[in-house]
Amino acid sequence: MSQAGLDLRNAAEFAIDYARKQGADQSELSLHQGTGISITARQQELETVEKHNDAQLVISVYKDKKTGSASSADMSELGIKSTVDAAMSIARYTGADDCFGLADADRMAGKALELDLHHEWQANEAQMLEIAMRCEQAAIEHSEQITNSEGASVNTYSGSAVYANSHGFLSEGLGSQHSVSCSVIGSNESGMQRDYWYDSNRNAEKLDSAEKIGLVAAKRTLARLGARQIPSCEATVMYDSGVAKSLISHFVGAIKGGAIYKKASFMLDKIGSDVLPEFVTIAENPHKLGASGSAWHDGEGVETPEYRAIVDAGRLQSYVLGSYTARKLGLESTANAGGVRNLTVSNTGQSTEKLLQEMGSGLLVTELIGSGINMVTGDYSRGAAGFWVENGEIQYPVEEITVAGNLLDMYQNIVAIGDDYDMRGSTECGSIVIENMTIAGS
Amino acid sequence: MNQDHLSIAQATLLEPSGLSDTHLQQLMHKLTNVDGSDFADLYFQYSKHESWSLDEGQVKTGSFNIDQGVGLRSIVGEKTAFAYSEDLNASAILAAADVVSAIGRQGQNVTSQDLWRPQIIKPLYSELDPVAALDDASKVAILEQADRAARDHDPRVKEVMASLSGVYEVVLIVTSDGRQIPDVRPLVRLNVSVIVEQNGKRERGSMGGGGRHSFDYFDTAIIEHYSHEAVRQALVSLEAIDSPAGTMEVVLGSGWPGILLHEAVGHGLEGDFNRKGTSAFSGRIGEKVASELCTVVDDGTIANRRGSLSVDDEGNQTKDTVLIENGILKGYMQDEHNARLMGMDITGNGRRESFAHLPMPRMTNTYMHAGQHDPEEIIKSVKNGLYAVNFGGGQVDITSGKFVFSSSEAYLIEDGKITAPVKGATLIGNGPEAMQTISMVGNDMSLDSGVGVCGKDGQSVPVGVGQPTLKMDALTVGGVQL
Repeated sequence: MSQAGLDLRNAAEFAIDYARKQGADQSELSLHQGTGISITARQQELETVEKHNDAQLVISVYKDKKTGSASSADMSELGIKSTVDAAMSIARYTGADDCFGLADADRMAGKALELDLHHEWQANEAQMLEIAMRCEQAAIEHSEQITNSEGASVNTYSGSAVYANSHGFLSEGLGSQHSVSCSVIGSNESGMQRDYWYDSNRNAEKLDSAEKIGLVAAKRTLARLGARQIPSCEATVMYDSGVAKSLISHFVGAIKGGAIYKKASFMLDKIGSDVLPEFVTIAENPHKLGASGSAWHDGEGVETPEYRAIVDAGRLQSYVLGSYTARKLGLESTANAGGVRNLTVSNTGQSTEKLLQEMGSGLLVTELIGSGINMVTGDYSRGAAGFWVENGEIQYPVEEITVAGNLLDMYQNIVAIGDDYDMRGSTECGSIVIENMTIAGS
Repeated sequence: MNQDHLSIAQATLLEPSGLSDTHLQQLMHKLTNVDGSDFADLYFQYSKHESWSLDEGQVKTGSFNIDQGVGLRSIVGEKTAFAYSEDLNASAILAAADVVSAIGRQGQNVTSQDLWRPQIIKPLYSELDPVAALDDASKVAILEQADRAARDHDPRVKEVMASLSGVYEVVLIVTSDGRQIPDVRPLVRLNVSVIVEQNGKRERGSMGGGGRHSFDYFDTAIIEHYSHEAVRQALVSLEAIDSPAGTMEVVLGSGWPGILLHEAVGHGLEGDFNRKGTSAFSGRIGEKVASELCTVVDDGTIANRRGSLSVDDEGNQTKDTVLIENGILKGYMQDEHNARLMGMDITGNGRRESFAHLPMPRMTNTYMHAGQHDPEEIIKSVKNGLYAVNFGGGQVDITSGKFVFSSSEAYLIEDGKITAPVKGATLIGNGPEAMQTISMVGNDMSLDSGVGVCGKDGQSVPVGVGQPTLKMDALTVGGVQL
C-alpha cells in the first residue's frame, strides 16, 4: 500500500516493463496521486473538515489483439505486479479485435507544453474556514428572507499525474483545482426555495470573492420565491449560460465515436451536414493557458491540436474519436481519448438583457433537473425552473414544468447565442435561445 | 456465522498489516481525545470490483479493481472531522488520526475502549466472493448468452451491449462506544441493452438486474428474460407516438416505477435535511403528507436485495422503517450523527460510497405496501391519461419538493383502455402534493429487478425501490404533443 517506495515515473516505467515481461504486446497506464481539503461552514460554524489523499494506477494491456485492464491504489512493486497480472488475466478471456491497441506511434505528442495548470493554494484550514464563513455570511445578511443555509464550502485539490505507454511515451504533470460554493434557502409565505452559486479555477487567486459568490447564491434563491406552474404551451425558451452548456454536452455525447460505431446516436451520418445554424461554431482549444480542460496530449498520448473546429459555421466537421473508435470507423483519431478539452461556442453578440428583449415573451430557464434524453433518437424532455418573460422583462418565477423537443430540431431552432459567457468549467458558452419548444405545465 | 464474518474481516483488513487491538485503541484515543467528543469511528474496507462488457457480439473489455483503506471520523456536536488512508499500516493510519484530532482543542481522554464487543448480526446474504467463485470463461459465457438471446429473439436487433459486474466487499467498523462490527457484502449485476432498426428508424431498450448474490443468480431463464425484455421495450419504442404534454391522470406500473417514492418522498425524509430544516417535509411528522392509501417504508432487511445491508456503514442493524403510514408522516431515515442531534432513534440508514467518503442518511429499499385494487380496474377508471411502466432516472429538489422521473416506456389510456405507446417523457410534480393525489393503489406490489443507483452529494450507493400499480389524479407529463 505504501506510496513511499516508488515515485510515479518510476512506478510507470516499472509497470510497463513488467507488462512486457509478462508477455503483453503493448501496454499503457495512467497514474495519479493528489491531496485535497474540503471545508464546509454552516450557520457560521465549522461543519465538516475532510482531508483527501488519493492515489490510483490504471493499466491496460494488449495481447494478440485482446485487451484487459485493472486498477489499484497500491503502487508498491508487489501492488503493481498484481495489477498487471490481473489485467493480463482478463486479456485471456476477452475477444480479439484488430482495432485494439495503443494509438499509432507517429501520433504521440512531441514536446511538453507549459499550460499553466498547477497553482497550489497556500491557504491553511483556518483560512479556508474563514473564506467559507464570509461566503455564507454574505448570503445570509443579504436579506431577512434568507432563512436557512446548506452552508458554504471551500475545496482545494492538487496532484500529479503520469501517462505512459509501451511506445516509450511518458508524460508527467501537475494540476490543481479549487472551488468555493454556497447554497442557501429563502422562505416567505409562498414556501421555501433553495439555490446555489459557485466558482472554480485552477488558480485560487482567480476565484470570485467569497462575498460575491454568497451574494449571487442569495439573489438566485430570493428570485425563485413564489414560483408557480404555467399552462402548457409552445414557446421560445432561453437557456441561461449556466444551463446552456448542457445542450453542448448532449451534442458532444452524440458525436462520440463509441455512440457512432454502435449506431446509438441521433448524430449518425451527419458529418458534413448543417446540424446547427450557420452562425454557430463550436471549437476545441486544448492548449488554452490555465483552463480546466487543457492538455498537450490526450488520454492515449496523441498530440492535441491548438485549435479544432468541431462545428464550423453550423456544419459538423468530425466526430470525437480516440484511436479505437477511429479505427472502428476507418477514420483518424481526433486526439479525444478521455473527452473534449475546452470548448468555445461562438455567439451572436447580444448581452443577457438584449437576448431577453429580442425574445419578447418566453421562458428563461435557469435550472434543469432529470435526464430525460434519448441519445438514439434525440428525444428530449427535462424538468425545468426559471422565469416567465414578457416584453423582454422577467415577470415571475416558474417551476414544476418540463421543456421538451427533439435535439436535432432544437439545435436547428437556435436563433441567438449571447456573449454572456459562463467561464466556469471547460465549456464556454453564452445563453442560448431556442424557438418552438413545448412546455408542459398545468 | 457472524464469527465467520469477524474472522474474514480481521484476516482481510487487520492481519496483513499487523494491526492489533492495541493499535485500534491508540487510534481511538487520538480520535476521541478532543474536547467534547461525541462519537468516533473507523471504517476499514476492502473492495474488489470486476466488470466485463460486450458489444458487436463479443466480450471486448474487462476490468478489475481492488481498493482498500480506512476512513477515520470524529464528531464534536455538529462538527465532523474526517480523513482516510489507503495505506493500512499503523503509522499511516495514526498520521491520518492526527489530522482528524486537530479539529478541536485537545481535551481529557473520553472513555476509550480496551476491548471491543463483536456484534452478532444475522447476515442477509452469503459471504461468498462472487468474483472468485466463478471462472472468467463462465462470466464471458453469460454475456455471450445474453447477446444470442437478444439477437435470436428478433431480426430487427442490430446491436447488443451487455455488461456484467461483480463486487466483493469486506468491512470492519470500529466505534468509540465499543463495538466492532464486520460485514461481508457480495453484489452482482447484469445489464442488457439493444438497438433495433426498422425502416431506417432506430430505437433502444434495456433491462438488467441483480442483487447480493453470486453470479449463478444469472441462470438461463433470467438472462433470457433480460434480453427479451430489452428487445420488447425497444420494439415498443419503434411504434411510439409523441407523448402528450400537460397535467393529467397518470397510472404507474408496479416495481421499478417505485422510483417515484425514492424521489417524491424518500430523499425528503432523510434525517440530515430534516435536522437542518431544508426539506419540504421538515417538521411535518404526524401530518398528512400523502393520501390515506399510502404506506411507504424503507426496508434494508430483505434478504439478497441490492439495496439491503445486514448492518449499515456505521455498524447499526438495518430496519424496516415506516416512513408514511396511511398517509401520515411517521419518521425519518437516520444515521448516528443526525439521530443524536435530533434525539431520534437510529434507523440503520447510515451509508457511504467507500472508506474515502463520509456516511450520511441514505435509502436502502424504499417501497409502498400493496393496496386493494386490481390493476386492471385502475386502468379502467381512467378516461384519458398516461400509463407509464418503465423509467430511466429521476431527481428531486429537496427544499421545494419538486421531483422528476423520466419514463422510457409509456402508453396512452383512452376510455379505460391502454392504446398507443408514447415516446419517453419526464414526469414532474411536487412530492407532498403529488402523493396526496394517489387515488387507487393496486394489490400487485413488486420490487424492482435490482439496478438502482442513488446519488447524493457526489456519493453513489446501490438501492432498491418497489410499489404496486397506482393512480395519481394529476401529474404533469412533459411530452411534446399539446
